[in-house]
Amino acid sequence: MLVRRVWPSRPTFEGSFSDFDQIRREVLRLLDAATDGAPDQGAGVFPPMNITQDDDKFYLRAEIPGIKPAELSISALRNRVSISGRREIPREHERVSYHRKERPEGAFNRTVTLPTEVDAERVDARYADGILTLTLPKAEQAKPRQIAVKS
Amino acid sequence: MATEATTDVQKAETATVATPEQTRTGPVYSPAVDIFENDNTITLLADMPGVKASDLEIDLRENVLTLTGRVTPAGTAKEWNVLREYRPGTFFRQFTLSEAVDQPKIDAQLTDGVLRLELPKVEKARPRQITVRSS
Repeated sequence: MLVRRVWPSRPTFEGSFSDFDQIRREVLRLLDAATDGAPDQGAGVFPPMNITQDDDKFYLRAEIPGIKPAELSISALRNRVSISGRREIPREHERVSYHRKERPEGAFNRTVTLPTEVDAERVDARYADGILTLTLPKAEQAKPRQIAVKS
Repeated sequence: MATEATTDVQKAETATVATPEQTRTGPVYSPAVDIFENDNTITLLADMPGVKASDLEIDLRENVLTLTGRVTPAGTAKEWNVLREYRPGTFFRQFTLSEAVDQPKIDAQLTDGVLRLELPKVEKARPRQITVRSS
């Protein structure tokens, strides 16, 4: 099974190193596809996303535990979807001593490009159990059409 | 010398006694945690996105705290992948607690994929303020 990854597009004026970065990602993507391995968690992108599609819709699922839905900003334009927000871990008011502090916090912003355009007006977003689910109906002109074969 | 070698072997053996394997296949992830304590309570926060309260098991026996959270993959069979960056799996992590915990008073809360576990220390494990009297 081939797993395709869509990377957020990068501006070209970042310098020549971005080309190497692009190549590195491509190679990693090919290795992932060849071994059918799950990409590592926490590979530098937050939040990790899974995107699936059926005939009519795209489904985007992102792992964003412990955030208030009001703090998420989601926008869709043509075939691009952006998710941004800020994950804050509330400070403990009492005097406490930490044993471990592993949970990440901070601002995030991701844009993904979908294979076809979506109907931005009818995008539905739900947040439950730390998973954000976006349902993005495909634009009318992007839906597959059944073609009858005349004999 | 010889005795030292045997102790080393014994140590190695204890180290290889791994945690029992999961019966379900699929990836097992170690959730990111924050652990902190104050005088009365040890608090543990764990990120477990996709875990429902009914699919979370918390077990504490003989000072070993075990967290197991199962994630049911979302979506229907009709969907096919466009992009896959994470694979739903099981969250599993164990901790050895150094202090005695008041078991009946343990409080666990799962909100938006974050577990907050409060483990109150037993009375005798709490630090006691000792007042120094001057004569």
